[in-house]
Amino acid sequence: MPNEGRQIVIPGQILGDMPAFKPGRGTFVENKKIYAERLGVLNIQDNFINIIALKGRYEPIVGDFVIGVVEEASTSNWMVDINAPYPALLHVHEVPWEIEFADTEKYLNTGDAILAKVLSVDESKKLQITLNDRNLFKLKGGHIIEFEPSIYRRIMGKKYSMIEIIQKYTRCRIKVGKNGRIWIEGDAEGIGKVLQAISKIESEAATFGLTDRIEELLKKDAKDVR
Amino acid sequence: MTIVPIIKRDYITNLAEQGKRMDGRIFDQYRKIEIQTKVVNKAEGSARVKIGNTQVLVGIKMGLGEPFPDTPNMGVLSTAAELVPLASPDFESGPPREDAIELARVVDRGVRESKVVDVEKLVITPGELVWLVFIDIHVLDYDGNLFDAASLGALAALSTTIVPAKRFEEQLPEGHKKEDFPLPMSEPPISCTAVKINDFVLFDACFDEEVIADARLTVATDHNGDIRAMQKGLSGSFTKEEIQKVIKGALDNGKEIRKTLKEATSS
Amino acid sequence: MKSEIELITSEGKRLDGRGPEDIRKIKIEAGVLHRADGSCSLEWGGNKVLVAVYGPREAVPRHTQNPLRAIVQARYNMAAFSVEDRKRPGPDRRSVEISKVISEALEKVILTEQFPRATVNVEIEVLDAEAGTRCAGLTAAGVALIDAGIPMRDIPVACAAGKIGGQVVLDLGKEEDNFGDADLPVAISPRTGEVLLLQMDGHLTVDEFNQAFDLAVKGCHIVSEIQKKAIMHKYQAIAAEVQE
Repeated sequence: MPNEGRQIVIPGQILGDMPAFKPGRGTFVENKKIYAERLGVLNIQDNFINIIALKGRYEPIVGDFVIGVVEEASTSNWMVDINAPYPALLHVHEVPWEIEFADTEKYLNTGDAILAKVLSVDESKKLQITLNDRNLFKLKGGHIIEFEPSIYRRIMGKKYSMIEIIQKYTRCRIKVGKNGRIWIEGDAEGIGKVLQAISKIESEAATFGLTDRIEELLKKDAKDVR
Repeated sequence: MTIVPIIKRDYITNLAEQGKRMDGRIFDQYRKIEIQTKVVNKAEGSARVKIGNTQVLVGIKMGLGEPFPDTPNMGVLSTAAELVPLASPDFESGPPREDAIELARVVDRGVRESKVVDVEKLVITPGELVWLVFIDIHVLDYDGNLFDAASLGALAALSTTIVPAKRFEEQLPEGHKKEDFPLPMSEPPISCTAVKINDFVLFDACFDEEVIADARLTVATDHNGDIRAMQKGLSGSFTKEEIQKVIKGALDNGKEIRKTLKEATSS
Repeated sequence: MKSEIELITSEGKRLDGRGPEDIRKIKIEAGVLHRADGSCSLEWGGNKVLVAVYGPREAVPRHTQNPLRAIVQARYNMAAFSVEDRKRPGPDRRSVEISKVISEALEKVILTEQFPRATVNVEIEVLDAEAGTRCAGLTAAGVALIDAGIPMRDIPVACAAGKIGGQVVLDLGKEEDNFGDADLPVAISPRTGEVLLLQMDGHLTVDEFNQAFDLAVKGCHIVSEIQKKAIMHKYQAIAAEVQE
């Protein structure tokens, strides 16, 4: 029904039986029955039962674009906070600069922000990230805020529809990290509107028709649109 | 410790240069203040104060005991603060460390030096038996400006405290009032705290502003416009002009907050 | 500790007017704190507890890390003003024990294998105490864990039964806890019925224990429905609010 919210499930809630259904993300199996392991929204595709989590810390996956904040520089690497349960290691070989031994602080120091990519996650969740890619770099200027990581997809929208609307009406340059961080560059008013939009998406993540409502919100006293 | 990205630090100072703050407030403006009293049944007095997202619960417990040897004619006031891990990912469990102790002592001085609690009326037998007033500050959600939230909480809780004479009737000597009575209070001092970021003085800092602040100044003023307590914190410095600015802001905001406190405690 | 007070009449009426199987009034709200990853405020009779969940986050210092799973660390703490005679701030032996049994109960339902080397911190603050604070704390913790997005097999819930005036009753109140004959707090995983926490003190025959245990479990199921309603209320409210 288009006017209702999506169906919300809670941990331990029974979702379906195998083999008619198959266990997808956010589920566990007991005695051939599939249960939700998290608070989230039910999503069934090709008989796979998935739960799209509504809350929860960011869990890194190889290839994710993330916005990190450098915690400390050591002789051959940096420890970077990527808003995950674990800090990430950035090795000197994984940056585009030629670094003299122990000169790490000259390039990245505590408090610097970077747009990076998750390189590896081992079985004990030790994380490594990389800056070795043309679209990865040290961030300068602008503002950084955090959002509920589980709504990343909502902020991007289907085929990036949501993030494009936000950029269009606020005229800000925006980088959205999968890890629940956003970097915004623009004037104070534009940045303020981006924050408003994100806040609204956060509180209405489980509903339908959100993209239209965000567009309406941003259209109000928007400057001329590109 | 949560590390604030340099970008955010710069954003806050850039906004300050334009006379703006992240949440749209002006420099000497407070966030929304909410005060609820009588929120804990077991306490003789209690108040929950919210300033923006910061939330503090203050409880008052009373007992009977000996006065301090140098003040045989006064009841005893004692203040403690718990920065419990519940309130912030950076608070650790364990005995109170310097932040909690400073907070407790500053709130204590504000209450004690202003004589807002009439401790002379809390004497039962001079030199032997007096009422003890315990002020316990329990921080619940930390988003900056604990000093003002805790002070306001203490005053709101004290203003609605009932001395439990009936419960202690067996320990009270003959002829002494055995009925419960309200804690004797006079006009409260109001504490206002500002921080300094570069050359800008901002009142009621939120967590992000407080973390990058160079210095902090708390000024408690009374209903006559006089100063009752002050505390400077953090390792930066203030100029004399900046201190004057803080005093003025404390007086102006103090007036408004005093009204809010009166409304909350008069029911 | 016997007393002159009649805790339960021959008609089965208790001091606060409740019948033998009535639970005190419970109010639960999820997501009440801003800094915490998940939180819950719970009132149960005269009890007021507030729980915050932080995590999963890397366990420090490193030697405390378990390479295979997350450590669940619940901390039960009573505010100085939460009891009739002011309690000195800081953990006492009773708080340490309660923290331990609650940690162990929660560990069973949290899918800890998903977060090696991490901790899940559950901070339970008792702000107003009136018998049954550990059950209130654990029940609120269950809701706070969901609010934090922690993966779990089920939502843990607790309730106590006891014996007063020779009769087995549900959910002891203040005088009943002080002057009754037995106290039996129980926590379960409501979906499977597995017992996660069980403590007893007092005097029960084996039959009385069975009666009390069944009653406590019945109480747990009642409270479980209230937990679920609280979560759905918070998260489904978004959907309802937006309906034009």
